[in-house]
Amino acid sequence: MTSLQSFPKNKLSDAVQRIKPSGIRRFFDLASTMDNVISLGVGEPDFITPWNVREASIASLERGLTSYTANAGIIELRTAIAEYLHTSFHTTYNPESEVVVTVGASEGIDLALRATINPGDEVLIVEPSFVSYAPLVSLIGGIPISVPTSIENDFKVSADEIESRITNKTKGILISFPNNPTGSVMDAQDLKACVDVFLKHDLLVFSDEIYAELTYDGKHVSLPSIEGMWERTILISGFSKAFAMTGWRLGYLAAPKHYAEAMLKIHQYAMMCASTMAQYAALEAITKGQEEMKEMIVSYRQRRNYFVKSLREIGLQCHMPGGAFYAFPSITSTGFTSEEFAEKLLMEERVAVVPGSVFGAGGEGHIRCSYATSMTQLEESILRIDRFLNSHTKK
Amino acid sequence: MTNKEKELLLLLENEGRMPLDKLAKMIDLSENEISTMIQEFEKKKVILGYSAIIDWSKVNTTETVTAMIDVKVTPKRGVGFDEVAERIYRFKEVKALYLMSGTYDLSVVIEGKSMNEIAKFVSDKLSTLDSVLSTTTHFQLKKYKHDGVVFEDRDEDHRIVVSP
Repeated sequence: MTSLQSFPKNKLSDAVQRIKPSGIRRFFDLASTMDNVISLGVGEPDFITPWNVREASIASLERGLTSYTANAGIIELRTAIAEYLHTSFHTTYNPESEVVVTVGASEGIDLALRATINPGDEVLIVEPSFVSYAPLVSLIGGIPISVPTSIENDFKVSADEIESRITNKTKGILISFPNNPTGSVMDAQDLKACVDVFLKHDLLVFSDEIYAELTYDGKHVSLPSIEGMWERTILISGFSKAFAMTGWRLGYLAAPKHYAEAMLKIHQYAMMCASTMAQYAALEAITKGQEEMKEMIVSYRQRRNYFVKSLREIGLQCHMPGGAFYAFPSITSTGFTSEEFAEKLLMEERVAVVPGSVFGAGGEGHIRCSYATSMTQLEESILRIDRFLNSHTKK
Repeated sequence: MTNKEKELLLLLENEGRMPLDKLAKMIDLSENEISTMIQEFEKKKVILGYSAIIDWSKVNTTETVTAMIDVKVTPKRGVGFDEVAERIYRFKEVKALYLMSGTYDLSVVIEGKSMNEIAKFVSDKLSTLDSVLSTTTHFQLKKYKHDGVVFEDRDEDHRIVVSP
């Protein structure tokens, strides 16, 4: 038997040793041992997948649809995705050759990077951001370069911040709006200056638009729908957030043919195809689930309004997030780092939030609170956070 | 009706006791505006009342029996089904009454203390009405879902406490 000590560390790849485990993990370990915790730390909808979607998947099993599908996914689903992207976001993709169904948007991000990044290439990452971007870039030998955003700008990225980090090694930029963890959105006006920079420097753009449907004040602007961007954008999205389907692991990529083909090449060797029963569920969701999705969005918006206003009332500075289901208040007034704040809040008041520092540059000084939880829980969490703030400002 | 008015009605339909300050925050209006809206809706009888949904089977009290009765009637010239409907819904035992398409005309929901009491109501009051041709009584055995509320809700939160 091999003991942990004698396990030869040098058998691990340099790449995997370079990356650190996710900072979220520690909070998960801590919070999951405690009772009576109100969790605002969950990065997924609180809705259960709508019944008609679950039922469609069950029906596919009953019909015996349990074999592999085409590598890119069943054509009915790809067609439905292309139609949906066209109607909802004014982008046009050929379902035969420009859409790839993936195992969650997470696989999509990985495929997009692996198909395009060479060792030594620099990839700009707009931060704070989802925790997987920088590690995935590092794994393939790319160099993640962080582009920070801040509360002063409502966490929108500025063209100057992007341009000042471009070198002759910059290959592309990874950008995600509506944003996890800040909830920030970029409208057409906000995007314009950035697009000029992308075009001027011939950047490839990885646009993670998984939260696109969860846009509350106005309509989401999809990057590839902007003049000149379609050719240079790999669109990453999926079913998890809008259709409450996180556990199904179903996402998709949409990109010009030569990119789609390259990504499909990796996907067919690494994954073969996305789960068949999940694909049938997704087909039902995207063709017949939009009504129910709209109801969920109204409910998120109401909870956002309630939660952000309540945070402000108890004295935390918080911008009004235009999308996703996260509030990202500043906690600098307490004098704690985001990690101290999150840990003390969990220990003293049993409210789990995620420290902003785990999301990269610009995240320190903030905490991520997911409002995708019941109103009862949100109300109770506000009481507890208020009590917490009071007990620490008196000292 | 504006979107915000619709939102307000849907929220109240789901939780009639929701306090003004919470409604105001969620819908992004002032408490005054919400309060005026509600008063308007009450005045116009858009909001007819506020009630609780109670699972009576969970409390030790005198049991009630619910029955749904399919009633065939002959409509009257000039007043159609409305006159006989009114004669039926005036009974306090009648909890709901609907005019239906299909093989029968009126669907009557009755609540009583026992099957006997309901049977007596049907034979004494309902069947003896001139316009009533026939009745078919169905007793409710168990309530699974009522007014959109599932009585034995097993949809707990299965999510892991912290995730990216």
